[in-house]
Amino acid sequence: MQDIELELNGQRVRLAVSRREHLADALRQRCGLTGTHLGCEHGVCGACTVRVDGAAVRGCLMLAVQADGARVRTIEGEGDDPVMRALQDAFVERNALQCGYCTPGFLLTAAELIALDPDPSRESIRAYLSGNLCRCTGYQAIVDAVELAARRLREAPSTDGRAR
Amino acid sequence: MKPAPFAYVRAQSVEHALDVLAEHGDDALVLAGGQSLVPMLNLRLVQPAVVLDINALRGLAAIDTDPASGALRIGTLVRHREIASHQTVAARAPLLHDAAPWIAHPAVRHRGTLGGSLALADPAAEWPACAVALDATIRLASRDGGERSVPASAFFQGLYQSERRADELLVGCDFAPPGDDAVFSFRELARRHGDYAAVGLALSARGRPGAWTAMRVVFFGVGDTPVQASACAAALIAGVDFPEAQARLEGELDPRPDLWFSAQAKRHLAVHLLREAWRDLGNPMAGE
Repeated sequence: MQDIELELNGQRVRLAVSRREHLADALRQRCGLTGTHLGCEHGVCGACTVRVDGAAVRGCLMLAVQADGARVRTIEGEGDDPVMRALQDAFVERNALQCGYCTPGFLLTAAELIALDPDPSRESIRAYLSGNLCRCTGYQAIVDAVELAARRLREAPSTDGRAR
Repeated sequence: MKPAPFAYVRAQSVEHALDVLAEHGDDALVLAGGQSLVPMLNLRLVQPAVVLDINALRGLAAIDTDPASGALRIGTLVRHREIASHQTVAARAPLLHDAAPWIAHPAVRHRGTLGGSLALADPAAEWPACAVALDATIRLASRDGGERSVPASAFFQGLYQSERRADELLVGCDFAPPGDDAVFSFRELARRHGDYAAVGLALSARGRPGAWTAMRVVFFGVGDTPVQASACAAALIAGVDFPEAQARLEGELDPRPDLWFSAQAKRHLAVHLLREAWRDLGNPMAGE
Protein backbone atom coordinates (compact mmCIF):
# COMPACT_ATOMS: atom_id res chain seq x y z
CA MET A 1 0.00 0.00 0.00
CA GLN A 2 1.05 3.55 -0.57
CA ASP A 3 -0.22 6.81 0.87
CA ILE A 4 -1.29 9.48 -1.57
CA GLU A 5 -2.68 12.95 -1.03
CA LEU A 6 -4.87 14.67 -3.55
CA GLU A 7 -7.45 17.37 -3.95
CA LEU A 8 -10.68 15.50 -4.60
CA ASN A 9 -13.70 17.56 -5.57
CA GLY A 10 -12.19 20.53 -3.80
CA GLN A 11 -11.28 18.71 -0.59
CA ARG A 12 -7.83 17.59 0.45
CA VAL A 13 -7.89 13.87 1.07
CA ARG A 14 -5.30 11.33 2.08
CA LEU A 15 -5.71 7.74 0.97
CA ALA A 16 -3.86 4.49 1.28
CA VAL A 17 -4.04 2.73 -2.08
CA SER A 18 -2.65 -0.42 -3.57
CA ARG A 19 0.08 0.24 -6.11
CA ARG A 20 -1.66 -1.77 -8.78
CA GLU A 21 -5.04 -0.13 -8.23
CA HIS A 22 -6.31 2.22 -10.91
CA LEU A 23 -7.76 5.59 -10.06
CA ALA A 24 -11.36 4.66 -10.84
CA ASP A 25 -11.25 1.75 -8.38
CA ALA A 26 -9.76 3.98 -5.68
CA LEU A 27 -12.48 6.59 -6.20
CA ARG A 28 -15.26 4.03 -6.11
CA GLN A 29 -14.04 1.69 -3.40
CA ARG A 30 -12.02 3.90 -1.07
CA CYS A 31 -13.90 7.19 -1.47
CA GLY A 32 -17.42 5.88 -2.14
CA LEU A 33 -17.68 8.01 -5.27
CA THR A 34 -19.57 5.50 -7.35
CA GLY A 35 -20.63 8.00 -10.01
CA THR A 36 -17.40 7.04 -11.78
CA HIS A 37 -18.41 3.87 -13.60
CA LEU A 38 -16.28 1.00 -14.78
CA GLY A 39 -17.16 -0.42 -18.16
CA CYS A 40 -14.30 -2.02 -20.02
CA GLU A 41 -11.29 -1.21 -17.82
CA HIS A 42 -9.04 -0.94 -20.83
CA GLY A 43 -9.70 2.54 -22.10
CA VAL A 44 -12.32 1.87 -24.74
CA CYS A 45 -15.67 2.87 -23.25
CA GLY A 46 -15.13 6.16 -21.39
CA ALA A 47 -17.56 5.34 -18.53
CA CYS A 48 -14.78 6.00 -15.99
CA THR A 49 -13.99 9.52 -17.25
CA VAL A 50 -12.84 11.90 -14.51
CA ARG A 51 -10.99 15.21 -14.59
CA VAL A 52 -7.38 15.24 -13.46
CA ASP A 53 -5.67 18.63 -13.23
CA GLY A 54 -8.45 20.06 -15.35
CA ALA A 55 -8.41 17.54 -18.20
CA ALA A 56 -10.82 14.68 -18.83
CA VAL A 57 -8.96 11.37 -18.57
CA ARG A 58 -9.75 7.70 -18.33
CA GLY A 59 -9.91 6.73 -14.65
CA CYS A 60 -9.03 3.14 -15.53
CA LEU A 61 -5.86 4.14 -17.42
CA MET A 62 -4.18 5.95 -14.57
CA LEU A 63 -2.86 4.29 -11.44
CA ALA A 64 -4.19 5.73 -8.21
CA VAL A 65 -0.62 6.33 -7.02
CA GLN A 66 -0.19 8.63 -10.02
CA ALA A 67 -2.89 10.92 -8.65
CA ASP A 68 -0.65 11.86 -5.72
CA GLY A 69 -0.59 15.66 -5.66
CA ALA A 70 -3.20 15.99 -8.41
CA ARG A 71 -6.55 17.77 -8.52
CA VAL A 72 -9.23 15.21 -9.28
CA ARG A 73 -12.87 15.94 -9.97
CA THR A 74 -15.57 13.34 -10.39
CA ILE A 75 -19.16 13.74 -11.48
CA GLU A 76 -20.12 14.18 -7.80
CA GLY A 77 -18.00 17.34 -7.67
CA GLU A 78 -19.69 19.00 -10.64
CA GLY A 79 -23.21 19.45 -9.29
CA ASP A 80 -22.94 23.21 -8.85
CA ASP A 81 -21.28 23.86 -12.16
CA PRO A 82 -23.62 25.79 -14.48
CA VAL A 83 -22.38 23.98 -17.59
CA MET A 84 -22.96 20.61 -15.93
CA ARG A 85 -26.39 21.72 -14.72
CA ALA A 86 -27.36 22.75 -18.26
CA LEU A 87 -26.06 19.46 -19.67
CA GLN A 88 -27.89 17.36 -17.10
CA ASP A 89 -31.17 19.18 -17.75
CA ALA A 90 -30.76 18.78 -21.49
CA PHE A 91 -29.91 15.07 -21.14
CA VAL A 92 -33.14 14.55 -19.21
CA GLU A 93 -35.24 16.56 -21.64
CA ARG A 94 -33.89 14.87 -24.75
CA ASN A 95 -33.88 11.36 -23.31
CA ALA A 96 -30.13 11.22 -23.80
CA LEU A 97 -29.84 8.32 -21.38
CA GLN A 98 -31.62 5.10 -20.73
CA CYS A 99 -29.69 2.90 -18.35
CA GLY A 100 -27.40 5.79 -17.40
CA TYR A 101 -24.25 3.74 -17.09
CA CYS A 102 -22.30 5.81 -19.59
CA THR A 103 -23.84 9.14 -18.60
CA PRO A 104 -21.27 10.50 -16.09
CA GLY A 105 -18.52 9.98 -18.65
CA PHE A 106 -20.53 11.63 -21.41
CA LEU A 107 -21.37 14.60 -19.17
CA LEU A 108 -17.77 15.23 -18.17
CA THR A 109 -16.53 14.90 -21.74
CA ALA A 110 -19.30 17.14 -23.08
CA ALA A 111 -18.61 19.77 -20.41
CA GLU A 112 -15.00 19.87 -21.51
CA LEU A 113 -16.04 20.31 -25.14
CA ILE A 114 -18.38 23.22 -24.30
CA ALA A 115 -15.60 24.88 -22.29
CA LEU A 116 -13.31 24.63 -25.34
CA ASP A 117 -15.94 25.51 -27.92
CA PRO A 118 -19.18 27.14 -26.75
CA ASP A 119 -20.75 26.66 -30.18
CA PRO A 120 -19.81 23.16 -31.32
CA SER A 121 -21.20 21.74 -34.54
CA ARG A 122 -22.95 18.37 -34.45
CA GLU A 123 -19.95 16.94 -36.24
CA SER A 124 -17.52 18.24 -33.63
CA ILE A 125 -19.79 17.01 -30.82
CA ARG A 126 -19.68 13.55 -32.38
CA ALA A 127 -15.92 13.69 -32.80
CA TYR A 128 -15.32 14.86 -29.23
CA LEU A 129 -17.63 12.22 -27.78
CA SER A 130 -16.29 9.46 -30.00
CA GLY A 131 -14.33 7.97 -27.11
CA ASN A 132 -17.46 7.41 -25.02
CA LEU A 133 -19.68 4.43 -25.77
CA CYS A 134 -23.43 4.26 -25.18
CA ARG A 135 -25.25 1.00 -25.80
CA CYS A 136 -28.78 2.37 -25.33
CA THR A 137 -29.41 5.62 -27.12
CA GLY A 138 -27.80 5.35 -30.52
CA TYR A 139 -26.11 8.71 -29.78
CA GLN A 140 -28.58 10.89 -31.68
CA ALA A 141 -30.26 12.07 -28.47
CA ILE A 142 -26.91 12.66 -26.77
CA VAL A 143 -25.75 14.89 -29.60
CA ASP A 144 -29.11 16.68 -29.44
CA ALA A 145 -28.73 17.26 -25.71
CA VAL A 146 -25.19 18.61 -25.94
CA GLU A 147 -26.23 20.91 -28.75
CA LEU A 148 -29.21 22.13 -26.71
CA ALA A 149 -27.17 22.73 -23.57
CA ALA A 150 -24.52 24.65 -25.50
CA ARG A 151 -27.18 26.82 -27.12
CA ARG A 152 -28.82 27.64 -23.81
CA LEU A 153 -25.50 28.51 -22.25
CA ARG A 154 -24.71 30.85 -25.13
CA GLU A 155 -28.10 32.51 -24.93
CA ALA A 156 -28.06 33.05 -21.19
CA PRO A 157 -24.47 33.67 -20.22
CA SER A 158 -25.34 36.22 -17.55
CA THR A 159 -27.65 34.00 -15.53
CA ASP A 160 -26.44 31.17 -13.32
CA GLY A 161 -26.57 28.97 -16.41
CA ARG A 162 -29.57 26.98 -15.32
CA ALA A 163 -31.59 25.84 -18.28
CA ARG A 164 -34.96 27.55 -18.31
CA MET B 1 -9.27 -6.79 -15.28
CA LYS B 2 -6.84 -5.81 -12.52
CA PRO B 3 -3.07 -5.70 -12.90
CA ALA B 4 -0.93 -8.38 -11.34
CA PRO B 5 1.14 -7.07 -8.41
CA PHE B 6 4.24 -5.03 -9.26
CA ALA B 7 6.72 -2.80 -7.51
CA TYR B 8 6.05 0.85 -8.29
CA VAL B 9 9.01 3.20 -8.60
CA ARG B 10 8.55 6.90 -9.19
CA ALA B 11 11.71 8.14 -10.89
CA GLN B 12 13.16 11.16 -9.08
CA SER B 13 15.64 12.02 -11.82
CA VAL B 14 16.73 10.72 -15.22
CA GLU B 15 19.76 9.16 -13.50
CA HIS B 16 17.47 7.38 -11.06
CA ALA B 17 15.35 6.05 -13.94
CA LEU B 18 18.42 4.82 -15.78
CA ASP B 19 19.67 3.08 -12.63
CA VAL B 20 16.38 1.25 -12.30
CA LEU B 21 16.46 0.18 -15.95
CA ALA B 22 20.10 -0.91 -15.68
CA GLU B 23 19.24 -2.99 -12.66
CA HIS B 24 15.96 -4.55 -13.82
CA GLY B 25 16.19 -4.55 -17.63
CA ASP B 26 13.27 -6.40 -19.18
CA ASP B 27 11.59 -6.86 -15.79
CA ALA B 28 10.85 -3.14 -15.61
CA LEU B 29 8.38 -1.35 -17.85
CA VAL B 30 8.37 2.42 -18.23
CA LEU B 31 5.11 4.20 -17.44
CA ALA B 32 4.85 7.43 -19.43
CA GLY B 33 1.29 8.36 -20.44
CA GLY B 34 0.06 4.87 -19.66
CA GLN B 35 -2.59 4.84 -22.36
CA SER B 36 -1.27 1.60 -23.80
CA LEU B 37 0.68 0.24 -20.84
CA VAL B 38 -2.14 0.47 -18.29
CA PRO B 39 -4.64 -1.42 -20.50
CA MET B 40 -1.95 -4.05 -21.04
CA LEU B 41 -1.45 -4.22 -17.26
CA ASN B 42 -5.20 -4.40 -16.63
CA LEU B 43 -5.57 -7.22 -19.15
CA ARG B 44 -2.42 -8.87 -17.76
CA LEU B 45 -0.90 -8.96 -21.21
CA VAL B 46 2.20 -7.76 -19.38
CA GLN B 47 3.18 -8.57 -15.81
CA PRO B 48 6.32 -6.60 -15.06
CA ALA B 49 8.13 -6.90 -11.75
CA VAL B 50 8.66 -3.14 -11.72
CA VAL B 51 6.64 -0.26 -13.14
CA LEU B 52 8.90 2.75 -13.50
CA ASP B 53 6.82 5.95 -13.54
CA ILE B 54 8.71 8.76 -15.26
CA ASN B 55 5.94 11.37 -15.06
CA ALA B 56 7.76 13.43 -12.43
CA LEU B 57 10.70 14.06 -14.79
CA ARG B 58 9.56 17.46 -15.97
CA GLY B 59 12.81 17.97 -17.88
CA LEU B 60 11.57 15.34 -20.34
CA ALA B 61 8.31 17.23 -20.94
CA ALA B 62 9.73 20.19 -22.84
CA ILE B 63 9.43 21.35 -26.43
CA ASP B 64 12.50 23.37 -27.39
CA THR B 65 15.25 23.80 -29.97
CA ASP B 66 18.53 21.96 -30.04
CA PRO B 67 21.08 24.80 -30.14
CA ALA B 68 23.61 22.80 -32.17
CA SER B 69 21.40 21.53 -34.98
CA GLY B 70 18.42 23.86 -34.80
CA ALA B 71 16.18 20.80 -34.61
CA LEU B 72 12.83 20.88 -32.91
CA ARG B 73 13.37 18.77 -29.81
CA ILE B 74 10.32 17.15 -28.23
CA GLY B 75 10.77 15.50 -24.87
CA THR B 76 9.51 12.00 -24.35
CA LEU B 77 6.79 13.09 -21.88
CA VAL B 78 5.17 15.70 -24.12
CA ARG B 79 1.55 14.71 -24.41
CA HIS B 80 -0.41 14.38 -27.66
CA ARG B 81 -2.68 17.27 -26.71
CA GLU B 82 0.25 19.63 -26.30
CA ILE B 83 1.71 18.61 -29.66
CA ALA B 84 -1.69 19.30 -31.24
CA SER B 85 -1.91 22.82 -29.82
CA HIS B 86 1.72 23.98 -29.64
CA GLN B 87 2.48 26.91 -31.94
CA THR B 88 6.13 26.02 -32.46
CA VAL B 89 5.20 22.47 -33.48
CA ALA B 90 2.59 23.81 -35.90
CA ALA B 91 5.18 26.09 -37.51
CA ARG B 92 8.15 23.74 -37.56
CA ALA B 93 6.65 20.27 -37.77
CA PRO B 94 3.22 20.78 -39.33
CA LEU B 95 2.88 17.06 -40.05
CA LEU B 96 2.81 16.39 -36.29
CA HIS B 97 0.26 19.14 -35.81
CA ASP B 98 -1.97 17.60 -38.48
CA ALA B 99 -1.57 14.06 -37.17
CA ALA B 100 -2.15 14.68 -33.44
CA PRO B 101 -5.95 15.05 -33.58
CA TRP B 102 -6.13 11.61 -35.20
CA ILE B 103 -4.67 9.90 -32.17
CA ALA B 104 -7.37 8.11 -30.19
CA HIS B 105 -9.87 10.26 -28.26
CA PRO B 106 -9.51 13.50 -26.27
CA ALA B 107 -9.19 11.79 -22.87
CA VAL B 108 -6.41 9.59 -24.24
CA ARG B 109 -4.64 12.51 -25.93
CA HIS B 110 -4.60 14.32 -22.59
CA ARG B 111 -2.38 11.62 -21.07
CA GLY B 112 -0.62 9.78 -23.91
CA THR B 113 2.92 10.85 -24.79
CA LEU B 114 5.14 11.06 -27.86
CA GLY B 115 7.89 8.96 -26.30
CA GLY B 116 5.51 6.31 -25.04
CA SER B 117 4.04 5.87 -28.49
CA LEU B 118 7.45 5.69 -30.17
CA ALA B 119 8.82 3.25 -27.60
CA LEU B 120 5.80 0.97 -27.85
CA ALA B 121 6.33 0.73 -31.63
CA ASP B 122 2.74 -0.09 -32.41
CA PRO B 123 2.60 -0.35 -36.21
CA ALA B 124 -0.91 1.14 -36.37
CA ALA B 125 0.05 4.25 -34.39
CA GLU B 126 0.51 7.72 -35.86
CA TRP B 127 3.76 8.92 -34.29
CA PRO B 128 6.07 6.16 -35.54
CA ALA B 129 4.99 6.79 -39.15
CA CYS B 130 5.36 10.56 -38.74
CA ALA B 131 8.82 10.14 -37.22
CA VAL B 132 9.91 8.04 -40.22
CA ALA B 133 8.34 10.43 -42.72
CA LEU B 134 10.15 13.37 -41.12
CA ASP B 135 13.45 11.47 -40.84
CA ALA B 136 13.40 12.21 -37.12
CA THR B 137 16.11 11.20 -34.69
CA ILE B 138 15.17 9.23 -31.60
CA ARG B 139 17.35 9.77 -28.56
CA LEU B 140 18.02 6.93 -26.13
CA ALA B 141 19.88 7.12 -22.84
CA SER B 142 21.32 4.44 -20.58
CA ARG B 143 23.41 4.46 -17.43
CA ASP B 144 26.24 2.50 -18.97
CA GLY B 145 26.09 3.71 -22.57
CA GLY B 146 25.32 7.40 -22.21
CA GLU B 147 23.11 8.89 -24.89
CA ARG B 148 22.82 7.69 -28.48
CA SER B 149 20.70 8.71 -31.44
CA VAL B 150 18.90 6.40 -33.82
CA PRO B 151 17.21 7.51 -37.05
CA ALA B 152 13.51 6.74 -36.88
CA SER B 153 13.78 4.72 -40.10
CA ALA B 154 16.11 2.28 -38.28
CA PHE B 155 14.32 2.36 -34.93
CA PHE B 156 11.23 0.30 -35.67
CA GLN B 157 12.23 -3.34 -36.00
CA GLY B 158 8.97 -5.27 -35.89
CA LEU B 159 5.64 -5.64 -34.16
CA TYR B 160 6.19 -3.80 -30.83
CA GLN B 161 9.91 -4.29 -31.44
CA SER B 162 12.34 -1.42 -31.56
CA GLU B 163 16.00 -0.62 -31.43
CA ARG B 164 15.65 0.43 -27.77
CA ARG B 165 17.52 -1.89 -25.41
CA ALA B 166 15.91 -2.90 -22.15
CA ASP B 167 18.30 -0.69 -20.14
CA GLU B 168 17.59 2.38 -22.27
CA LEU B 169 15.11 5.17 -21.77
CA LEU B 170 13.71 6.94 -24.80
CA VAL B 171 14.34 10.55 -23.74
CA GLY B 172 13.08 12.45 -26.76
CA CYS B 173 12.82 12.88 -30.49
CA ASP B 174 14.42 15.54 -32.71
CA PHE B 175 12.90 16.89 -35.91
CA ALA B 176 15.28 18.71 -38.24
CA PRO B 177 14.11 22.09 -39.56
CA PRO B 178 11.98 21.59 -42.68
CA GLY B 179 13.32 23.17 -45.84
CA ASP B 180 11.56 26.23 -47.32
CA ASP B 181 10.08 24.01 -50.01
CA ALA B 182 8.91 21.24 -47.67
CA VAL B 183 5.29 20.15 -47.78
CA PHE B 184 3.39 17.48 -45.90
CA SER B 185 0.22 15.47 -45.93
CA PHE B 186 -1.35 13.34 -43.25
CA ARG B 187 -4.28 11.06 -44.07
CA GLU B 188 -5.97 8.31 -42.14
CA LEU B 189 -8.95 6.01 -42.46
CA ALA B 190 -10.56 4.39 -39.43
CA ARG B 191 -13.95 2.83 -38.85
CA ARG B 192 -14.72 5.40 -36.18
CA HIS B 193 -12.93 8.65 -35.39
CA GLY B 194 -10.20 7.89 -32.88
CA ASP B 195 -9.95 4.19 -33.55
CA TYR B 196 -6.72 2.67 -34.71
CA ALA B 197 -6.16 3.28 -38.38
CA ALA B 198 -7.25 0.77 -40.96
CA VAL B 199 -4.63 2.50 -43.07
CA GLY B 200 -2.82 5.77 -42.56
CA LEU B 201 -0.32 7.80 -44.54
CA ALA B 202 2.33 10.29 -43.43
CA LEU B 203 3.99 11.97 -46.39
CA SER B 204 6.75 14.56 -46.54
CA ALA B 205 8.15 16.03 -49.73
CA ARG B 206 10.41 18.77 -50.99
CA GLY B 207 10.02 20.69 -54.19
CA ARG B 208 6.83 21.59 -56.02
CA PRO B 209 4.37 19.92 -58.37
CA GLY B 210 6.26 18.70 -61.40
CA ALA B 211 9.61 19.20 -59.70
CA TRP B 212 9.78 17.10 -56.56
CA THR B 213 13.30 16.55 -55.25
CA ALA B 214 12.67 14.33 -52.25
CA MET B 215 9.75 12.39 -50.84
CA ARG B 216 8.95 9.97 -48.05
CA VAL B 217 5.70 8.04 -48.35
CA VAL B 218 5.09 6.17 -45.10
CA PHE B 219 2.06 4.00 -44.46
CA PHE B 220 0.91 2.68 -41.10
CA GLY B 221 -1.54 -0.04 -40.16
CA VAL B 222 -0.31 -2.14 -43.07
CA GLY B 223 2.64 -4.09 -41.64
CA ASP B 224 4.70 -4.83 -38.57
CA THR B 225 6.36 -1.41 -38.64
CA PRO B 226 5.74 1.88 -40.44
CA VAL B 227 6.15 0.98 -44.11
CA GLN B 228 8.09 3.24 -46.46
CA ALA B 229 6.80 3.00 -50.01
CA SER B 230 10.17 3.77 -51.54
CA ALA B 231 9.51 2.59 -55.09
CA CYS B 232 6.33 4.61 -55.20
CA ALA B 233 8.10 7.69 -53.85
CA ALA B 234 10.89 7.32 -56.41
CA ALA B 235 8.31 7.04 -59.18
CA LEU B 236 6.51 10.16 -58.03
CA ILE B 237 9.78 12.11 -57.88
CA ALA B 238 10.62 10.88 -61.37
CA GLY B 239 7.35 12.38 -62.54
CA VAL B 240 5.52 9.29 -63.74
CA ASP B 241 1.76 9.39 -64.22
CA PHE B 242 -0.25 8.64 -61.10
CA PRO B 243 -1.47 5.20 -62.30
CA GLU B 244 2.16 4.13 -62.68
CA ALA B 245 2.96 5.28 -59.11
CA GLN B 246 -0.15 3.49 -57.94
CA ALA B 247 1.02 0.27 -59.55
CA ARG B 248 4.37 0.61 -57.80
CA LEU B 249 2.60 1.11 -54.49
CA GLU B 250 0.38 -1.92 -55.01
CA GLY B 251 3.48 -3.92 -55.84
CA GLU B 252 5.39 -2.99 -52.72
CA LEU B 253 2.65 -3.07 -50.07
CA ASP B 254 1.92 -6.41 -48.49
CA PRO B 255 -0.61 -5.48 -45.82
CA ARG B 256 -1.38 -7.67 -42.85
CA PRO B 257 -5.15 -8.17 -42.65
CA ASP B 258 -6.90 -7.25 -39.41
CA LEU B 259 -10.31 -8.11 -37.96
CA TRP B 260 -12.14 -5.83 -40.36
CA PHE B 261 -10.00 -5.32 -43.44
CA SER B 262 -8.49 -7.86 -45.79
CA ALA B 263 -5.07 -7.28 -47.28
CA GLN B 264 -6.77 -6.43 -50.56
CA ALA B 265 -9.02 -3.84 -48.89
CA LYS B 266 -6.08 -2.24 -47.14
CA ARG B 267 -4.16 -2.02 -50.41
CA HIS B 268 -7.16 -0.39 -52.03
CA LEU B 269 -7.48 2.12 -49.17
CA ALA B 270 -3.75 2.87 -49.29
CA VAL B 271 -4.07 3.85 -52.94
CA HIS B 272 -7.02 6.04 -52.05
CA LEU B 273 -4.98 7.82 -49.36
CA LEU B 274 -2.06 8.26 -51.71
CA ARG B 275 -4.36 9.90 -54.23
CA GLU B 276 -5.69 12.30 -51.57
CA ALA B 277 -2.22 13.11 -50.32
CA TRP B 278 -1.03 13.71 -53.87
CA ARG B 279 -3.82 16.26 -54.24
CA ASP B 280 -2.90 17.80 -50.87
CA LEU B 281 0.53 18.50 -52.32
CA GLY B 282 -1.06 20.49 -55.13
CA ASN B 283 -0.49 17.98 -57.89
CA PRO B 284 -3.05 18.00 -60.66
CA MET B 285 -4.83 14.69 -61.16
CA ALA B 286 -5.67 13.48 -64.64
CA GLY B 287 -9.36 13.66 -65.43
CA GLU B 288 -10.14 16.46 -62.97
